[in-house]
Amino acid sequence: MTLLDTRLRRIEASPSGQVCDSRGVSVAHKKDGVLDKTPNDQWVAMIRRITRDRDVSAFEVLFDHFAPRVKSFLMKSGADSTLAEECAQEVMATVWQKSHLFDPTRASASTWIFTIARNKKIDALRKLKRPEPDDLGWGMDHEPDQEDVISLQQETQRLGNALSELPQKQRDLLEQAFFNEKSHSEIAADTGLPLGTIKSRIRLALDKLRHSMS
Amino acid sequence: MKTTKPITHHLTDQDLMDYATGKMEESFALAAAVHVSMCDACRATLSSFDAVGGAVLDSVPDQQMSQGSFDKTMALIAALPDEPVTRKQPANLPDALAGYIGTSLNDIKWTPIGMGVKQKILKTGDTGTARMLYIPAGTAVPDHGHKGREWTLVLQGAFFDETGHFGPGDIEIADPSVEHTPTAAAGDACICLAVTDAPLRFSGLLHRLVQPLLRI
Repeated sequence: MTLLDTRLRRIEASPSGQVCDSRGVSVAHKKDGVLDKTPNDQWVAMIRRITRDRDVSAFEVLFDHFAPRVKSFLMKSGADSTLAEECAQEVMATVWQKSHLFDPTRASASTWIFTIARNKKIDALRKLKRPEPDDLGWGMDHEPDQEDVISLQQETQRLGNALSELPQKQRDLLEQAFFNEKSHSEIAADTGLPLGTIKSRIRLALDKLRHSMS
Repeated sequence: MKTTKPITHHLTDQDLMDYATGKMEESFALAAAVHVSMCDACRATLSSFDAVGGAVLDSVPDQQMSQGSFDKTMALIAALPDEPVTRKQPANLPDALAGYIGTSLNDIKWTPIGMGVKQKILKTGDTGTARMLYIPAGTAVPDHGHKGREWTLVLQGAFFDETGHFGPGDIEIADPSVEHTPTAAAGDACICLAVTDAPLRFSGLLHRLVQPLLRI
């Protein structure tokens, strides 16, 4: 059992072993119990190269993919483009600096970078401290089990696919919950939806995600 | 920091979601971070919410970075100190708390508040109040209710009240409807992190008089 959570249960490969992304492109197979790699694995490999070799070209590939998304996240959270640009650079610098704390058996690169970006948002936009749980990073002292890495990355891939298949309204609310400073009651005022409806829709969206993972 | 007994009182999914999305005030986020450091079940749930955040991040349309942003980032990196790649030795305190009180519960400079109970108010930048409480074994904290939420997380020893028994890692989530008298169990003194978003309401007159002085 890997660690994404019992709620987001481990992928059982479909009978054909096919896992498809949102465009229906096959991204992973399970053949004879051997898990093939998903696109997430390339990010894992890049971060590993940063840690091990201080590899600037690997970092540049990661930067080109994630920095514009982090900037977008920060602008949707209320930062103007100058501040978002500056913070996105700082987030990516943190990715370099803390690359050894990334544990691919516990998180995908997007998940890990999201947590760094979220903390930057709290720090830079809200000027608040963000107490964080103890890090369980595995450092350089041992190599993670490849099968654990691949199955976690596959689960995350599947979560992304499930998200893209949610009804637009539910996806919007989840996005607002993660991106905006707004509390549920402020979202209620904005959308004209009663608070109970918003909470239950977010719950429904999460439940749907969970079901599509099982 | 791990506990030897299983944790039976947890954060709710809603609390973990508020923590994952960054909506929680610093005082409560501190208690959440400490609980998650001690509780594998809540860490797993939090990871799943973080993973949803990652998936949402993946799905947003790009905002183009400005010219030269990569070089600027490399310049930022050059100015950063190198992080040590070896892991820290495990401390007997969760990192989140160590930032507020030092590396050990023994470092706390306590202020007596009567009947052997001691407190230390932590400096947080929000409107909530986070404090460490030291309750000698067998001692009761005065009967009180709350105008707002009160979270009590046990770090050492145990306490019990009308709602249950709380050992290391357990978190009691009390809303305004809860009126309780937490009492430290026999054995070690009970040391807790208590977080409130409104002053506690003590039932006795004397406590109501000293309350403003002690910021309870």
